[in-house]
Amino acid sequence: MIAMTEAAAKQNNRWEPYVDNGGTSLAIAGEDFCIIASDTRQSEGYSINTRYDSKLHRDSFNFRTEKISLATTGYSADAKNKHDKEMHSHSIAQMISIIQYQKRFFPYYVFPILGGLDQEGKGCVYSYDPVGNMERVGFQVYGSASGLIQPFLDSQVGFKNQQNVDKTRLLSKQEAYDIAIDSFTGATERDIYTGDFLEVYIIDKDGIKKEVRQLKFD
Amino acid sequence: MNQNSILKDIISDSNTGLKFDNARRNQALEAKGQIMPKATKTGTTIVGLVYKDGVVLGADTRATAGSIVADKNCAKIHYMAPNIYCCGAGTAADTEYTTNMVSSQLTLHSMNNGRESRVVTAMTLLKQYLFQYQGHVSAALVLGGVDVHGPHLYTVYPHGSTDKLPFVTMGSGSLAAMAIFESRYKPNMEREEAIQLVNDAVESGIFNDLGSGSNVDVCVITKEKVDYLRNYNKPNQRIPKIGNYKFNRGTTAIISETVKTFNKSSEADAMEVV
Amino acid sequence: MNSTEILNLKNQDVTENGTYKHTLQPIVTGTSVLGLKYKDGIMLAADCIASYGSLARFRNVQRLHPVGKATILAGSGDMSDFQHVQNLLEGVMLQEHCFDDEQEIGTKSIYKILSNVMYSRRTKVDPLWNKFIVAGIENGESFLGYVDLYGTTYQSPVIATGFGSHIAIPILRKYAEPRASDLTEAEASEILDNCMRVLYYRDARSFNKIQKAKVTSAGIEITEPYSLSTNWDFAESIRGYGA
Repeated sequence: MIAMTEAAAKQNNRWEPYVDNGGTSLAIAGEDFCIIASDTRQSEGYSINTRYDSKLHRDSFNFRTEKISLATTGYSADAKNKHDKEMHSHSIAQMISIIQYQKRFFPYYVFPILGGLDQEGKGCVYSYDPVGNMERVGFQVYGSASGLIQPFLDSQVGFKNQQNVDKTRLLSKQEAYDIAIDSFTGATERDIYTGDFLEVYIIDKDGIKKEVRQLKFD
Repeated sequence: MNQNSILKDIISDSNTGLKFDNARRNQALEAKGQIMPKATKTGTTIVGLVYKDGVVLGADTRATAGSIVADKNCAKIHYMAPNIYCCGAGTAADTEYTTNMVSSQLTLHSMNNGRESRVVTAMTLLKQYLFQYQGHVSAALVLGGVDVHGPHLYTVYPHGSTDKLPFVTMGSGSLAAMAIFESRYKPNMEREEAIQLVNDAVESGIFNDLGSGSNVDVCVITKEKVDYLRNYNKPNQRIPKIGNYKFNRGTTAIISETVKTFNKSSEADAMEVV
Repeated sequence: MNSTEILNLKNQDVTENGTYKHTLQPIVTGTSVLGLKYKDGIMLAADCIASYGSLARFRNVQRLHPVGKATILAGSGDMSDFQHVQNLLEGVMLQEHCFDDEQEIGTKSIYKILSNVMYSRRTKVDPLWNKFIVAGIENGESFLGYVDLYGTTYQSPVIATGFGSHIAIPILRKYAEPRASDLTEAEASEILDNCMRVLYYRDARSFNKIQKAKVTSAGIEITEPYSLSTNWDFAESIRGYGA
């Protein structure tokens, strides 16, 4: 009898505490603005839990200095366990990293992207891995369609692998916004976990503007 | 002598029947971490129902490879015979080849005896073939048609079992589609009502099952004729792109350049027909 | 050392004789529960069966549980864990009642408490094996939320757990969700009955003896168990599986 239970215990039949709820988040930093966008589909397996679950969390409501937004993809319950108050964007960025590293050996299975304006009013994007490795970047995509969108941004925002183009050219707010929209309508066509609605935050010196657009439901 | 070696003595020299050594080898390799090629699956919604004058088949048009959409508008309703069509779910290659092969057998059979194919014949050929392969040929089918005995509708499972029912669904969206059938199906419906119900069942799969998507294909089979309504409904048009992503000439870097000139062949050389 | 090994050390969840100290699988289970928003509030449905594997073990179980005056907790999954949660919430409500300040914990707070419990238990890798729907009205606003053994949460005008998420959700999304704000009580009731009937046809762990519950501005109402009508006429015409 004991031998039987031992055998059962040895079989690594531990319950898996993570689930992947799909979805995609994106951020683009501009000269004096930041665009941060995320689809709102929450899924499990081949089922859609809900067509509207916000993955963008607005962290700062201070309309004079920094405006910051946090986008998360991965395991949705892990992502919701954070709340913030008014802080500098780089302080929030650092704090997220610390919160994540605190659970180094049982990580929050999330891929946060922090977008906003820095102290000089320049657009900033911070991206992370699940255990708190942090980097300030110009643009970032995480989630189920990251493999589809990141190369597109490398080309259209980063002007990578191109000759005879002005690589120092900065995108206008409208251009960055259009690229963000096209990224998602394109990803919705080919990634089954991305779709339903798109939430876009446009952050600039005047504050945070939120927009919601429809994506496809299939 | 243990049981395995006794069995081996009896079976191994036999030249009849199928062997599954490779299937077992592949399983073992996969367990050891070997990455197997990923086949295109049609994580699908396929449906069929019997109505007053015949059968209506329906299918979505999404083919997937993992979480990526491989084909946004593929045709999952396959031709079997002039009076028989078959929807396929599972591995795309398996459904395509199984239906094609049986279709060929039906054609030969029908030419041989000068009669129209029967749906049971198609069903029997399919189930016997699939049973031989013990489920390794992953084709889940909805087979429908009208023959001398009237309308028939079957499901054929990958292991070779079959069902004969007035309304059926298959694929990853089968539950979503069946929910619609179970709440709205009634016997002896009119043509338009039957098509609408099939359309709604497939749409239910398209919108609620991530493995299904894009458009609705419908096929109406009656004693008199077949209406293959390809893209009967397109409820998922692409949202137009805002930007224009044409690259200027010269954007791609030229790393090295080699020019080779070919000898022009004169017409006389090429067309020397004696 | 990888994270799984460290977890094994930390939790000490395997005893010397090789048995586990925590739930590895649900034992006595309830199948799907459904919920939808309608004009006057929220309506829920669940059947009355608790299964022991494939055995229909208990056939008169209530799975719609009132919490306070304006909230209902509907539970699927392990029934003992469900009863533990009922007990836990009763404790919380009682503690709050003892302040005697005419205040009661609202639906959203109950939902928050429950989702925190569920998430902390999953973080201990010792989950409560349930999928819950929390429904209620708070400050005149109706609320319908989901939480499961992973601590995953979402809110939606229509929710179903378990097999219901495959079978009932397509019906609810088609007929209830687009009209959530003008759906009458009779219509909502009919849609839920229809979903429960289809589930009874297709879910082998379900039963046609069901209960419904509603939360409106007038408070909670849970129906007595009743039987759904079914139709098996089509069976007459079936002759085998082949010719």
